[in-house]
Amino acid sequence: MNELGIWTIPIAVLGGAIRVSTPFLFVSLGEVLTERSGRINLGLEGTLVIGAMVGYAAAYLTGSAWLGVLAAALAGSIFGLIHGLICSMPRVNDIAIGIAMMILGTGLAFYFGKNYVQPVAPDLPAIPFGWWSNIPQLQAALNVNVLFLIGAVAAFAMWWMFKSTRVGLVIRVVGDSTDAARAMGLRPNVIRTFATMAGGAFAGIGGAYLSLFYPGSWNEGISSGQGLMAVALVIFARWNPVACFGAALLFGGAGALGPSLQSAGFSQGYHLFFAAPYILTLGVLIATSSTTRALTGAPGELSITK
Amino acid sequence: MPMKPLSRRGFLNGTAAAVGAASLGTLPFQAQADGHGLTVGFIYVGPRDDFGYNQAHAEGAAAVAMMDGVTVVEEENVAETVDVQNAMESMINFDGASLIFPTSFGYFDPHILEVAPNYPDVRFQHAAGLWSADLHPMNVGSYFGYIGMGQYLNGITAGHATTSKKLGFVAAIPIPQVLLNINSFLLGARQVDPEITCQVIFTGSWSNAVREAEATNALADAGCDVITCHVDGPKVVIETAAGRGSYVCGYHADQTSLAPELYLTGAEWNWANVYTSMVQTAMDGGSIPNFVRGGLSEDFIKMSPLGPAVSDASRAQFEATKAEILAGGFAAIRGPLMSNTGTEILSAGEALVETDIALESMDYLVEGVIGSTS
Repeated sequence: MNELGIWTIPIAVLGGAIRVSTPFLFVSLGEVLTERSGRINLGLEGTLVIGAMVGYAAAYLTGSAWLGVLAAALAGSIFGLIHGLICSMPRVNDIAIGIAMMILGTGLAFYFGKNYVQPVAPDLPAIPFGWWSNIPQLQAALNVNVLFLIGAVAAFAMWWMFKSTRVGLVIRVVGDSTDAARAMGLRPNVIRTFATMAGGAFAGIGGAYLSLFYPGSWNEGISSGQGLMAVALVIFARWNPVACFGAALLFGGAGALGPSLQSAGFSQGYHLFFAAPYILTLGVLIATSSTTRALTGAPGELSITK
Repeated sequence: MPMKPLSRRGFLNGTAAAVGAASLGTLPFQAQADGHGLTVGFIYVGPRDDFGYNQAHAEGAAAVAMMDGVTVVEEENVAETVDVQNAMESMINFDGASLIFPTSFGYFDPHILEVAPNYPDVRFQHAAGLWSADLHPMNVGSYFGYIGMGQYLNGITAGHATTSKKLGFVAAIPIPQVLLNINSFLLGARQVDPEITCQVIFTGSWSNAVREAEATNALADAGCDVITCHVDGPKVVIETAAGRGSYVCGYHADQTSLAPELYLTGAEWNWANVYTSMVQTAMDGGSIPNFVRGGLSEDFIKMSPLGPAVSDASRAQFEATKAEILAGGFAAIRGPLMSNTGTEILSAGEALVETDIALESMDYLVEGVIGSTS
């Protein structure tokens, strides 16, 4: 125990929410964009991993972390494009393609990433928002990465886009009814492909955050399923980008509970603490469940809701 | 990674990792089936270049591959499930391996014990397993190094470096080898100052980068100013700890390059020496003992070069203790000693020397370690 005592736990949860949430946020924003257009891209786990690898490799080779982020976004959008194009063909199941893309993404990342496990690439910068405090723990917790801020802004921007812009409306129409979209003269497959591509770019950036900031290195265990969890978060957040931000923070913060409880002396049953994010999710889902509004917010053309 | 026919195993390796690695792995070694050479299989639980446990073994495998008449087959990212049984059977049946090193702790029971009786001519050498002649097949062997001594030496440099008198340890799973490392690290530090404590955080997994980073941050938040670990890939822990300004002690392999200023020293494996001598024994037609152990003096383990932050006093005590260990019969665990739950482990005068088999069933954390084994 140190002089902060029990206060280390909320500080650690705050810090964890900021540090760990960013990949969840980017992947779930990407997935919201894709699913709102009527497609599911389960491959974002693979895109996250390839983004982490490409981002790290590009940052190492160019010496610039931001070029790494750009390269990761590009790689992610290529993966999205492939998914989008294949799913535009008749009688192709987007879930099956997503799983294939997930395996392809991780496989390619492991293969090309072999040479980048050892080198050390530059990190993304962080902004020390804790300068006003003299508590080192709080200063560390409030060391906020720029990508986290960009993600937060993107969540609200996407929410506004769906609500008030023409682009948002077009994506929503395509996602809710292919027939209505066609009647309006829209081309659903083209719009869905672009939405999947943009979604892939988001996931790629999430991957770059993993390898370039936190934990901040490329290795094959870097994602440990975060991409899949983020896809599930979208349903939890009811396809609402702002809710995705909240869900990502909740997940990140709950993930910090395990280590911080152990460091505060609650060391029995640490396996249970590590399950906290999932228990919390279950609890929230049960508390907010409803028999009449189960699919509120779900795009009508999603293959899981049809 | 060897080329092999599409088998049931290919499908059973259901993880993306395994499928990816199997379909896109490195260039194939050709299996040697002429009956003259020896084919040796190595199975790793993680990637071969993880800056840690698997890399240490893979460096040993690379040394074996340089030997004349030896073909090495390797498979990485093999889970501690029925996957490893399939990997072993595939190496035996398709690659003709007659000596296999499944290197992860969890491969032993039940997986090696299940497969070994079916292949009496194949030798299974398991790292860290508790092989015993009454219980287990004779074609299974166990080898390990007394790396706890390395963590004891780590602890001495940590004890000199700490100002908060609080050390941190990121640990994977509370198995005996991990507990011995934690206890040794603290007891080493307590040779410098008996007031020192060590906070341990278990991540529950051999490799989980985000959780390791969170655990390291939690330790730094709790005021730990020297941090070490026992996870498969220490890279994340070392980099995160150094990023928080903590001193670090390495594990498994040399991590000096990750934190040149803050790296004190590290406990490393020296598997190249161990593997080449075992394979040479097999090639010469000799029999590898079922139970092989060694420490600093047998070249099973080694220490990283001391970093620039190590003081002269620290260096002197480090070298003196190292000389004592090299002389043999050293005991890091000696009485009077209490566990951190208040039970007596050793009374005054008792000691468990590094070779004592009782250390391999350790199930306690010593007094001064903050943490719990369950």
